[in-house]
Amino acid sequence: MSLAGKQGRRIRILVGKPGLDGHDRGAKYVARVLRDAGFEVIYSGIRRTPEQIVESAIQEDVAAIGLSLLSGAHNVLFARVIELLREKGASDILVFGGGTIPPEDVPGLEAMGVAAVFGPGTPAKTILSTLDRLLAARA
Amino acid sequence: MSDPYAKIEEARKAYEAAARKACERLPERSPRFATASGREVERLCVPEAGSLESYCERIGFPGSYPYTRGVQPTMYRGRLWTMRQYAGFATAEESNLRYKYLLGQGTTGLSVAFDLPTQIGYDSDAPESLGEVGKVGVAVDTLADMETLFDGIPLDRVSTSMTINSTAAVLLAMYVAVAEKQGVPSEKLEGTIQNDVLKEYVARGTYIFPPKPSLRLVSDLFAFCTRSVPKWNSISISGYHIREAGATAAQEIGFTLADAICYVETAIAAGLAVDDFAPRLAFFFAAHTDLFEEVAKFRAARRLWARIMKERFGAKDPKSRMLRFHTQTGGVTLTAQQPDNNVVRVAIQALAAVLGGTQSLHTNSRDEALSLPTEESVTIALRTQQILAHESGVADTIDPLGGSYFVESLTDRLEEEALSYIRRVDEMGGVVAAIERGFIQREIEDAAYRYGQSVESGERIVVGVNRFRAEREPETPLLRVDESVARSQVEKLRSVRASRDGARVREALAALEAAARGTENLVPRILDAVRAYASIGEICGVLRRVFGEHVEIRP
Repeated sequence: MSLAGKQGRRIRILVGKPGLDGHDRGAKYVARVLRDAGFEVIYSGIRRTPEQIVESAIQEDVAAIGLSLLSGAHNVLFARVIELLREKGASDILVFGGGTIPPEDVPGLEAMGVAAVFGPGTPAKTILSTLDRLLAARA
Repeated sequence: MSDPYAKIEEARKAYEAAARKACERLPERSPRFATASGREVERLCVPEAGSLESYCERIGFPGSYPYTRGVQPTMYRGRLWTMRQYAGFATAEESNLRYKYLLGQGTTGLSVAFDLPTQIGYDSDAPESLGEVGKVGVAVDTLADMETLFDGIPLDRVSTSMTINSTAAVLLAMYVAVAEKQGVPSEKLEGTIQNDVLKEYVARGTYIFPPKPSLRLVSDLFAFCTRSVPKWNSISISGYHIREAGATAAQEIGFTLADAICYVETAIAAGLAVDDFAPRLAFFFAAHTDLFEEVAKFRAARRLWARIMKERFGAKDPKSRMLRFHTQTGGVTLTAQQPDNNVVRVAIQALAAVLGGTQSLHTNSRDEALSLPTEESVTIALRTQQILAHESGVADTIDPLGGSYFVESLTDRLEEEALSYIRRVDEMGGVVAAIERGFIQREIEDAAYRYGQSVESGERIVVGVNRFRAEREPETPLLRVDESVARSQVEKLRSVRASRDGARVREALAALEAAARGTENLVPRILDAVRAYASIGEICGVLRRVFGEHVEIRP
């Protein structure tokens, strides 16, 4: 049972595509899987700046942001999203990510504050159970 | 003489009865077998009634209408397909070295990957380019980068494919300008620009302008190439990215040919005669692992396109009716788990492309679900093609799967299904209207979701991902493009800006803006700006001001 279904208001998650990468299969798939699991999902669409993503996350009062990137720009753009959240006093928003991300980059991303990185082939149930755990820890 | 089909039908009934009995003893592995695209697979195929009588119309001979068996009379017995490995990363200097390496290893054509800022018309120092410079391809800001990229590579002796769409006019102009400096006239240049902006609206996403001005640029390029670069393929109409985004095999060819119809209609409306440009239209498809479905897909696409060109557009030149295509093995089929397994997937996919009669082929590298490929991985990918070409024997006879009852039946069904997509798009008023309504995006997204769910449920097995997993994943050495690339690229751009003739740049950009507001062909104006070392961001900035920008349409 997902956390999404237990609370009065459904938990909101923003699925975002920062940068110039237009490969949105994974982002759309995860958005749909999260929706199926009872989350309220806002999908940013492609080619959003970190500023647009953070602004929208704060406006929509989301609990988490999922960032998807296949272009290799994750180290720079994920960092920028986290930095902006900190600047806006919104570090309570959980950030997770996925895409074409070399395993050796994962520790660095985690150190900068990305709570979880889901590489290609991650089963939906792993994503959901990880999010439930992380969101519960923040609640 | 008795009807041979009736005889087969009778024998088939007896066989089916025996098969059912066998199933009672040992049930089949699954109640339903389906291709990777979800198409039901029959237990056994037999000659269909009338198939021999209609052989000449439906299947025919290689090099003859409707080209089901191939576009050339001798196919690979005459010349093998072009082994064309898509490559490019970091700076022009590094990519130039990779091209020279690939040419030294026996690759027979170049294929340039540009980074996203170059593909979307931003300079490397634009805020939008943050993090993306040199990542998925080489960064090109001005003609100076293009000069470095092709340094020491004689452009009259290679054919070059460039994966470039909304900024295709700028990059082709740069290529022509580099050739001029090498003393090579544009008439001698051979290659391809992707120039297929329609699919960018539904997959891949490197659009800049709204559809109408984008289509104007496409048809300006058709006219420019017909006149000045006659051996150049002025478009590569691409199903590859539609498939990567999640489409089925039938959707891949259906939506691609629907796009192609739109380009042909646009060019005709712009006053071009169909047989003047149609011979230079090229196509680009994916090859996935479901071998027979993929082979049938290529055959179906050829036959369907031939019929469309003949019947719908009245094309007379046989070359206008030939669907010539490049193939790339399917990026989405690569797994991050146990990456060496991808070598086997790629080999099967490459085999499908060759059995399907491709004109050129890119084989993916095993490590591409994780990062850009290393030189070692790229070499294995190229060797895969060379083994197919020289050891497997599959290139020695033409269309060896032609006449396979199963493959012919799949070919017919794929053609039918693709045609029904084209009809639906037609009913909506064409492909632009279908995109604006979100129809194509929704179809692709739904197919991707169905596929994903079938893997989640275990109904579809992906080795190393949902079955046969490794206890510990192997460590894979990866190619890195570090952030210093962006800094050196920005420095280079700034030094070009400082050293060029500023007045000449301003003049060329003003002339381009005036032309964009009118109706004249924009490519010669872009060429003038490129020669003056105007940057891609400056040129596209002018066009953005005049044309506006496309806003993503989501279903």
